[in-house]
Amino acid sequence: MNDIGFSILSALIVLPAVGAAAVAVVSRRRPEVARQVALLSTVLTAALAFWLVADFESGEAGFQYTEAVEWIPSLGIAWRLGVDGISLFLVVLTGLLFPIAILGATPHHDHKPYYAWLLLLQAGCMGVFLATDLFLFFVMFEIVLVPMYFLIGGWGYGERVYAATKFFLFTMLGSAFMLVAIIALAVLNQRAVGGDLTFELMALATNQGIGQETARLLFSGFAVAFAVKVPLFPLHTWLPDAHTQAPTAGSVILAGVMLKLGTYGFLRYCVFLFPEAADWAGPVLVTLAVIGITYGAVVAAVQKDLKRLVAYSSVAHLGFIVLGTFALTTQSMQGAVLQAVNHGISTPALFLLVGFLYERRHTREIAALKGLQKAAPVMAAVFTLVMLSSIGVPGLNGFAGEFLILIGSFLTYRWWTVVAVVGVILASVYLLWAFQRVFHGEPDGDNASIKDLTVREGLVLAPLLGLIVFLGVYPKPVLERIEPSVDTLIAHVEAGSDYTQPPVAIGGGAGGGGAAIDGAETIEPGTVTVLDDEDEGEGG
Amino acid sequence: MLAAMLAQIERIDTPSVDWGALAPLLALMVGAALMLLVDGLVTAKVPRGLYAGVTVALALGSMGAAVPLWREVQDADRGPFGVLAGAIGIDGFSVFFIFVIGAAVILSALLADGYLRREGLEGVELYVLILLSASGGLIMAAANDLIVTFLGLEILSIAVYVLAAMHRRRRGSQEAALKYFVLGAFSSAFFLYGIALVYGATGTTRLDGIAAYVGPAGSGGATFSGDVSPSQILGGAAGTPALLLAGLALLLVGFGFKVAAVPFHSWTPDVYQGSPSPVVAFMASGVKAAGFAGLLRVFLEAFGGYRDDWRPFVYVLAVATLVVGAVLAAVQTDVKRMLAYSSINHAGFVLLGVQAASDRGTSAALFYLAAYTFMVAGSFGIVTLVSRRGDGATTVEDFRGLARRQPAVALTFTLFLLAQAGVPLTSGFFAKFEVLQAAVDADAAWLAVVAMVTAVIAAFLYLRIIGAMYLGDAPAEGEADGRADLDRGRVPLGAGIALVIAAAFTLVVGLFPEPLAQTADDATPDAVATGRDPARGGEPVAAP
Repeated sequence: MNDIGFSILSALIVLPAVGAAAVAVVSRRRPEVARQVALLSTVLTAALAFWLVADFESGEAGFQYTEAVEWIPSLGIAWRLGVDGISLFLVVLTGLLFPIAILGATPHHDHKPYYAWLLLLQAGCMGVFLATDLFLFFVMFEIVLVPMYFLIGGWGYGERVYAATKFFLFTMLGSAFMLVAIIALAVLNQRAVGGDLTFELMALATNQGIGQETARLLFSGFAVAFAVKVPLFPLHTWLPDAHTQAPTAGSVILAGVMLKLGTYGFLRYCVFLFPEAADWAGPVLVTLAVIGITYGAVVAAVQKDLKRLVAYSSVAHLGFIVLGTFALTTQSMQGAVLQAVNHGISTPALFLLVGFLYERRHTREIAALKGLQKAAPVMAAVFTLVMLSSIGVPGLNGFAGEFLILIGSFLTYRWWTVVAVVGVILASVYLLWAFQRVFHGEPDGDNASIKDLTVREGLVLAPLLGLIVFLGVYPKPVLERIEPSVDTLIAHVEAGSDYTQPPVAIGGGAGGGGAAIDGAETIEPGTVTVLDDEDEGEGG
Repeated sequence: MLAAMLAQIERIDTPSVDWGALAPLLALMVGAALMLLVDGLVTAKVPRGLYAGVTVALALGSMGAAVPLWREVQDADRGPFGVLAGAIGIDGFSVFFIFVIGAAVILSALLADGYLRREGLEGVELYVLILLSASGGLIMAAANDLIVTFLGLEILSIAVYVLAAMHRRRRGSQEAALKYFVLGAFSSAFFLYGIALVYGATGTTRLDGIAAYVGPAGSGGATFSGDVSPSQILGGAAGTPALLLAGLALLLVGFGFKVAAVPFHSWTPDVYQGSPSPVVAFMASGVKAAGFAGLLRVFLEAFGGYRDDWRPFVYVLAVATLVVGAVLAAVQTDVKRMLAYSSINHAGFVLLGVQAASDRGTSAALFYLAAYTFMVAGSFGIVTLVSRRGDGATTVEDFRGLARRQPAVALTFTLFLLAQAGVPLTSGFFAKFEVLQAAVDADAAWLAVVAMVTAVIAAFLYLRIIGAMYLGDAPAEGEADGRADLDRGRVPLGAGIALVIAAAFTLVVGLFPEPLAQTADDATPDAVATGRDPARGGEPVAAP
């Protein structure tokens, strides 16, 4: 365990909350001060998060920087925090995206509450990723709804109140089942094991004493909550509305961070707490994920609104992550964690670009935009890069994650994976087609005089672009931190159920397995060539 | 000869009265009587706010007198005891309700002050009635005898019937009072008939006597084995439990009416909508709490042995209450009606705790009631402010744009509504958490699921109000003159204090629920000593 003298994880949660309080006391007439305070708070948080990555013990599997402070001792509830390879990069993502969201978009009215809500949202998201106590986790998971509700409802577009309410109620309905499941898990655990009631994640996962049927039921309670949040296919309908109506910053956070609450929940809670049930429910969830991949892609292709298109693309991309999670192999899970980060980089960048476009043209309708490349070449170039990353072109970040998910899933869910690959192709269809309609051709009317990216906007996007390239070329620093935790998780699943990972995926001694694991670490030379053929096929 | 007669007189066995233990109750009752008397004698104009201040002081005095009682009943050496020959039980449970109901009195009295002035209503009556009603509530919580429970119920109810009609010039207020009275009288009749049947079956109205008759849980369980002969049903004191169960059912109806459980809820929306808003604040907090206090004590203490028989009924009652409350709340357009139906939904949540029929369930229900008292009193406090002169502007439209006109009021209301929706870091979340836990612990996990689904449905209505306040556009400036007061951001001092108290409680308990949870854990009802009063400060009470 790392001993660094102060509670860095608590600081990651408290700092934004304090920032929100500070924003709240700023005078209403000085919106620029509110902005500066918010920026300062998020930049500090981001700095802490990056420091955390650097200091993180990459070889260790368990939770690091753990903290535990009693909160409600009579119920075994405590402020327990910890970070491991699965949550580390989501924490960094949360740290990174908030300053970008603040810099990238300014609200048109009511600056003060806007920044306060954003900061509270950040505190909540950090809390979800860092909590290792089920009660605390639920509190954080649920509390993020309130700021997001107000952000969408207060600063969104068009049907914003409808979208905000839908978002709130869908998510709350999912969490309703999870709350009962959490309580039941703790109570039944106490009955089976004896001792005091506890909500500590590790205790509940390692010493559970719950029957198979019950565990499956409880698993379903958790799964519904996360499936809504991800969102998984039939429960996704809130997402396009929320994304389309949300302000740019809201979309950035929603896509970049909040959808990850669901995928993270699947990994951390569903799989970790109920390994047997995760194996049992795998076919259903994987099927839904694959449906989501293809359905999201097809629906995205026919969207008229650029933002809605990106929203549906999220449904497809997150399908991959769920596929990787429940395929339950080392590579697929690594891929799922990595892809969660990748999606959190490229999709926010797309939303920012769409937001910049909207500020210039006051429309997001694809049909109304044309030939923007002429007047805004830099924007077109940036858009191309981000789009290619989202498609999963080798050399950019999206490839590494998707590739790992696909090879990992192929071992356990062969035909599902085959269908999912179609989704990769469809992704290039809808994105390239949209790009073609918006940026190519001869500009007409207002499109001819559109302003190119400003330096400020460029700087906002720069970190995301840098990461897109960096993680595409050299994902090793990320993967080596993810891997131990994922390995432990898989081992936990194997210990807790009849499931064993197909031999080819097991790393270490076995010849074939070695290649697969190494593929994760050194993705550039060997493996990329193999995939290149496939990829050319997609492009064509 | 005379000496002999005197000696005989002295031998008459009158219970000694433990005035200290009755002080919380007497503070309210005597205070109310004195207020009424003084108001009648003094002809000079009373300074504004005096009555509200005195009411708050009396409630505080009552709570202050309860503090040593709490210490005493929690003291391991002394424990709970009976007063007035055991008719009144002083245990953690009854003392807990002194605080809950006292808080309800304070909040509604503070709200009433500004309200009465705005509506041009005068007089001391409202405060006196609130105090009397609260004393009835305390009696219900402490009663150790069904007859005393009934007395408390009637003192509570009759005062509230009149309170509902307090706004003399509003027809809605009169209508509410009449409806409440007629239906309330019915429920009292049910209740009384239930007592009669129970007495017929057991030969006593004492809770401890009934408990002794019923026996411990599981032993007496009136499991009907098919044929029941008429003689069995009418078997009298030594008969089978059929008569007793019929009485039990009637008592449940009586309590169900008071706590507004479905299907005995139909009065609630009309009465809440018509009654003066500060009075509704008291109805939804104090009266509901008292109803549940009676229900919990009678059912757990006297009929604990029959829990297997009454739990299914409470289960059904809880499901109906949860679902009907939430669904009908979502389709209302009047905020007062919405909150009325939502209070039905909340009653369903408390029934979850009752249904568990365990110490954990009781303490969860107590926590819920304490938390809900502040949330709902605060909510109706906001409604009081927004409803304007005439107390009629309570549609969702009237709340539109409130965040622009009065950001602080809107923010406070948002807090109360989110707490009612059960959003974490408010007292409402932990209250729900506790009752769910009790339900799961009592193997009623599906009931917990139903409850949470209805909580989501109810959240829709809270979001509608929040949405109207924040996200809707404000009506044109200066459109209504009556709004002028509100537009200038003037909140009457009393109402302001009440709202601050309620909001602070909601937040602080939301962040640190442990102290209240512990207190509620210590406040489950105990069987009090049956016999004579213990010598105060003397030897310990008969061991439990």
